Amino acid sequence: MELTRRGFFKASALAFAGSMAYELSTHSTAFAIEGAADEWKLVNTEEYTNICCYCSGGCGLICSVRDGELINLEGDPDHPINEGCLCPKGAAMFQLRNIVDDKTGEIIHNPERQTKPLVRRPGASDWEEISWDKMIKEIARHVKDTRDATFITEEDGVTCNYTPAIGSMGGSQQNSEEEYLILKTMRSLGVVAIDNQARV
Amino acid sequence: MTGHYCDLKNADVLLSCGSNNLENHPVSSKWVQRALDAGATWIVVDPRYTRTASQADIYCPIRSGTDIAFYGGLINYIIENRLEQTEYVNEYTNATYLIKDTYDFDPETGFFSGWIEEKHKYDTSMWGYQIESESDGSQPWMSAPGVPEYTPKSIKKIKRIESIDDTSNPDYDHSVWAIMKKHYSRYTIDVVCDICGMDAETLELVYKTYASTGAPEKAGTILYALGQTQHHYGSENTRIMTLVQLLLGNAGVAGGGVNALRGEPNVQGGTDMAMLVYDWPGYLKWPSVENTPTLRKWLETQPNAQGYYVNKPKFIVSGLKEWYGKNAQVENDYGYDWLPKVPKNGDIYTTIGTFELMDQGIMKGYFAWGQNPAVSDPNAKFNRNAMCNLDWLVVADWVVTATASFWDAPDMQDRKKDIKTEVYFMPAALIYEKSGTILNSGRWMQWRQKAVEPVDQAKPDYEMCDMLWREIVNLYQDEGGACPEAILNVKWDYYVDGKIDPRPVAWALNGYKIDDSTNLGAAAPELLDSFTGLAADGTTANAIWIYGGFYANNADPYDPSIQRISRRHTNEKTGQLVPDKDPGGLGLYPNWAFSWPANRRVIYNRASADANGKPWNPNRVLVEWTGETWIRNDVPDFAWGTVDAPNPPEKCTAFFMKDEEHANFVTTGMKDAPLPEHYEPFETPVEKNLLNGSINSPMIKFADNESVKKGDRKQYPIVATTYSITEHWQTGAQTRMCPVLDEIQPRQYIEISEQLAKEKGIANGDDVIVFNNRSSVKVSALVTKRIQPLKVHGETVHLIGMLHHWDWTNRYSKGEVVNELTPNVGDPNSYIPEYKAFLVDVKKA
Repeated sequence: MELTRRGFFKASALAFAGSMAYELSTHSTAFAIEGAADEWKLVNTEEYTNICCYCSGGCGLICSVRDGELINLEGDPDHPINEGCLCPKGAAMFQLRNIVDDKTGEIIHNPERQTKPLVRRPGASDWEEISWDKMIKEIARHVKDTRDATFITEEDGVTCNYTPAIGSMGGSQQNSEEEYLILKTMRSLGVVAIDNQARV
Repeated sequence: MTGHYCDLKNADVLLSCGSNNLENHPVSSKWVQRALDAGATWIVVDPRYTRTASQADIYCPIRSGTDIAFYGGLINYIIENRLEQTEYVNEYTNATYLIKDTYDFDPETGFFSGWIEEKHKYDTSMWGYQIESESDGSQPWMSAPGVPEYTPKSIKKIKRIESIDDTSNPDYDHSVWAIMKKHYSRYTIDVVCDICGMDAETLELVYKTYASTGAPEKAGTILYALGQTQHHYGSENTRIMTLVQLLLGNAGVAGGGVNALRGEPNVQGGTDMAMLVYDWPGYLKWPSVENTPTLRKWLETQPNAQGYYVNKPKFIVSGLKEWYGKNAQVENDYGYDWLPKVPKNGDIYTTIGTFELMDQGIMKGYFAWGQNPAVSDPNAKFNRNAMCNLDWLVVADWVVTATASFWDAPDMQDRKKDIKTEVYFMPAALIYEKSGTILNSGRWMQWRQKAVEPVDQAKPDYEMCDMLWREIVNLYQDEGGACPEAILNVKWDYYVDGKIDPRPVAWALNGYKIDDSTNLGAAAPELLDSFTGLAADGTTANAIWIYGGFYANNADPYDPSIQRISRRHTNEKTGQLVPDKDPGGLGLYPNWAFSWPANRRVIYNRASADANGKPWNPNRVLVEWTGETWIRNDVPDFAWGTVDAPNPPEKCTAFFMKDEEHANFVTTGMKDAPLPEHYEPFETPVEKNLLNGSINSPMIKFADNESVKKGDRKQYPIVATTYSITEHWQTGAQTRMCPVLDEIQPRQYIEISEQLAKEKGIANGDDVIVFNNRSSVKVSALVTKRIQPLKVHGETVHLIGMLHHWDWTNRYSKGEVVNELTPNVGDPNSYIPEYKAFLVDVKKA
C-alpha cells in the first residue's frame, strides 16, 4: 500500500481533532494561533529515537510516527553530540522510505527502494520476483552444496573445519546484534573469508 | 577513537591529517569549533584545499601517501628540540626499556633486521626486549575446576635505563629512546619537504604549533580517517600518530588521543565484532592452524603475563559457552575444534584476496550484507569479471546495488547469458524499521528504537539470518553432510515468544550466567553487570567481552529502555535525570548511553595525571588522587580498587592492557616494522625513496598478483586519490536514491588544478577520460584552485581528486566506477587497500 499525505491525515482524523483541542488548551495563544489545523505536522504523533545511518558520528534523531507511518525525521535536540543538528545526508534520511511523487505531489514510498525478494536465474537477462520461503530454501541448498563439496577438515594434522569456497562481506551497516548473528552463522558454517567495511 | 566527539572541544591544538572531517564527519566540526572558540589552533594537512582546510588556522599541503615522512619529521623535531613531555615519556612509555642487540635498521636497503626472504616476512622477535629475569605468572583462578589446563606465560622483568636522560649508561644506545632518536634523525625538514612537496616555512610552523602541546597542561588531538589508513602502510601511518601523541603526552588526556573518524555508521561495531578473517570479537585472535591449533595453545600464547589481559581465558571460554551452550564442556575444549581455523594462507581470504579466489574458481558462493564491494573494492573491473565465476551470490540491501546487478553492468550486456551465477536479493529493513545497538566512533553504544514496520516484504537482517540458519540446520539434520556437528552443536536461542528478536542477542553481547538448562528463548538469564564477572570455568557466557555492562539491568531484561544503553542523562534503574550530567565539565556525559569498555569515555585516562595522580591540567580532571581516594569524573582505565579500598597511584599503571603495562614506541606487534618508516606508494610519481633503499614496504600485500597491472610513472605521471563529499555516501547506493541529495550534488566529477587543465587543454565542465593499466573512466572535470601542483624531488607533480559515489545503477544519478582505477594491493597488518595514492593519466574526452 502506498500511503499518501492525505491518507495519513484521513487515517488519523479522530485522534487528530482530540489532540488539537489539547494543544490549544495548553499552549500560549500566540503559539496556538500560528497555523491552521493542517499545518500542525507533528500533532498526535508517537516519537521514537534512533541513530543516524551515515558517518559514525552517532547523531541522535527523532522519528515521528502517526498511524504506523513515518511523518517526520529530525535531529534529537537533547542528544549531547549533535544537539538537534543533522547534516544534509542525515536530514534526508526520511527519503530513504518516503518521497514526494514529482507527478502528483503526494508522499509515496521511495520507488528506488527494492522491497520484494528477487532472483536472477543463471544466464537470465533480468530479475524475477520470488517468495521469501522459496528464496531461503534455495540459498540454504546452495550453501550446503558448496560447503559439503569444498569442506576441509584437516591441514598439517590440525583440525581446521573450514570452507574456502564461501565468503561473507559486510556488517558495518547492521546493528551489533545482527553482526553477531551473521558472524555466528558464517563461522559456524566454516567460513574464514569474512570481511566488512572496516577497510573500504 | 581513544576519546570521543564531544572531547574534541578540550583540545589546545587540533590536527586534521588524512581526514576532511568538516565535510565527511560534519558533527565533528561542531566540537572543533567549541575548541576554537576557547582559543585552540586548528591545523589541516591534506593534498587538497578541502572544506576543512578552508576553516583552519594553518593549512599545509602534502603529497598523497607521504604521511610517515611528515610525522617522522615531527618526531625528529620534537626530540631534537626536547619538546617531549619528559615525565610522561619516562613514566608511561617503554622509552627506557632496552631492546635486544639483534635489532637493526639499514637505510641503504630499507629493511629492518629479522627479514626471512623465503617466507617474505620478518621474525619480529629480533626487535624484542632484553629480559632481566622471569617469574611464574599463574594465578589462583587458573587452576579452578572447569578452567582448561594450560601453563600461563611467565612474567618477564625487562632491563631498563633510569630515564631517557641516562645517556652515560653503557646500555643507553639499546634503549627505545636512543633507537627512536637515531631512527628519525634522518627525517630532517629539508628531506620531508622534498618528499611531501611542502615548503619549509609552513612545515616548521605546523611542527612548532603541534609540538607546543608537549607542555604538560596542553592537549593536542589528531583527527584522521581513510586518508591515513588506505595505504599499503596504513597501519604504520596510524601507529606513527600514536608515537607523536605519546611523545607529547597527549594520549589519555581530555582533548587528546588518536582519533579515527570512522567511515560507516556501525563500523566500530563491525570491527569490535571481528567481522574479519583473523579476529575474535573484542580484539582477540580467531583460532588459526599456524598459531593456535588447540585451545591449550590459544590459552598459552594469547593472554599477557601481567596487566588486564591475563584474563583472556575468561573471555574466550565465555565466548565458546555463548556459541555452543551446554555442548561446550571443559572435556571437549568448550567446542574449540568445531570452529573453523584460519588456514596458513589466511591472507587470501581478506577482501582483496576474495576476488582472486573467485577469479581462480575457488570461491563459489558470496554474501554481501549491506555492502557494495563491486563498487567499493579496488580494481573493480577485475572484481566484476571475477564475480562471473560465482555459482551463487546473496545480497541484502535497501536498493538493487551494483554488486547485486554486476551481471547487468554496461560491459556485461553481450555476455549475460554466459554468466551462470544465481543471484538473490534480500530486501532489508531501514534503520528506523528495526531495533538494536549501534556504536559510533567514540565507542558509544546507543539503542535504535523501531519506529515503523518495514515497507512491503523488507525484513531486518537478523530475521533473514535466522531464517537462513534454521533452514541450513534442517538440511543437516535431515541429510547429514560435511562435519554436521560444527553446525548442529551451535546454540541458537535468540527468541522472544518464539520469534527471533535482538534483545536476547543483546544479552549475549552483554554476558550472562549459564548452566546446562539455560535457554534464552524460554527465559531471561541473569545478566552480568560487567566483564569483571566473566569466568574461565564455563559458568558464564558472553559473545564480546568489551561490551560487558551495556545491557545489564535484571529488573526486566526484555525492556531496553531501562538498560544503560538507553540512558538520556538518566539513571537506568530509576529513570530519573542525574543531578550533574557533565561532571568535570569536559563533555564526558557518563549517563548518556554507554561507552565500552565499562562506560569509559577517554581510554588510558590514568595518563591524564602524573605519577602521583595529580592531573597535568587542573582544569581537565578525568581522574585525580586526593591522597585518600580517586576523583573519578571518568571511569578509571586502571586498577583503581574500590571505594573502600582504593589503590594508591604508584600501583596504578597507565597502560595496563599491555604486557609491560607501558605504551610502546618500539614494538614487536606489527608485522612490517618496529618503528614506522617511510615507503613510497605502490604506484609513485618519484624514482626513489629519499629515506631508504626500498621504494615500497617490503611487506606490501598482493603486489605480485597478475591482476594488479602496476602502472609506471613515465606512462602515468599523475597522482590520483579518491574521496567523499558531504551530500553522498560511499558507493552512493543509499544517497543517490534520495532525490534531494541528487539535486544538491547531481553528478560525478574530478577535481584538477588550473595548471594541469591548461597543460591538457581541459576547460571547467569538460568531460575527461582518466585512465591507467586497470581501466578508464569518463567523468566531468572541475578545474579548481583547490588543488595545486607540488614540487617533489625538485619536479612538478600533479594530483587529481576523484569522487567515488557513483556507478551504473539508479535512475536519478548515474556515473562510472572510479575504483576500476585503484590498485588491489594492501597493508600486511590490516589488509586495507591502497585507494589514496595511485597513478593515472588524464585526457579530454
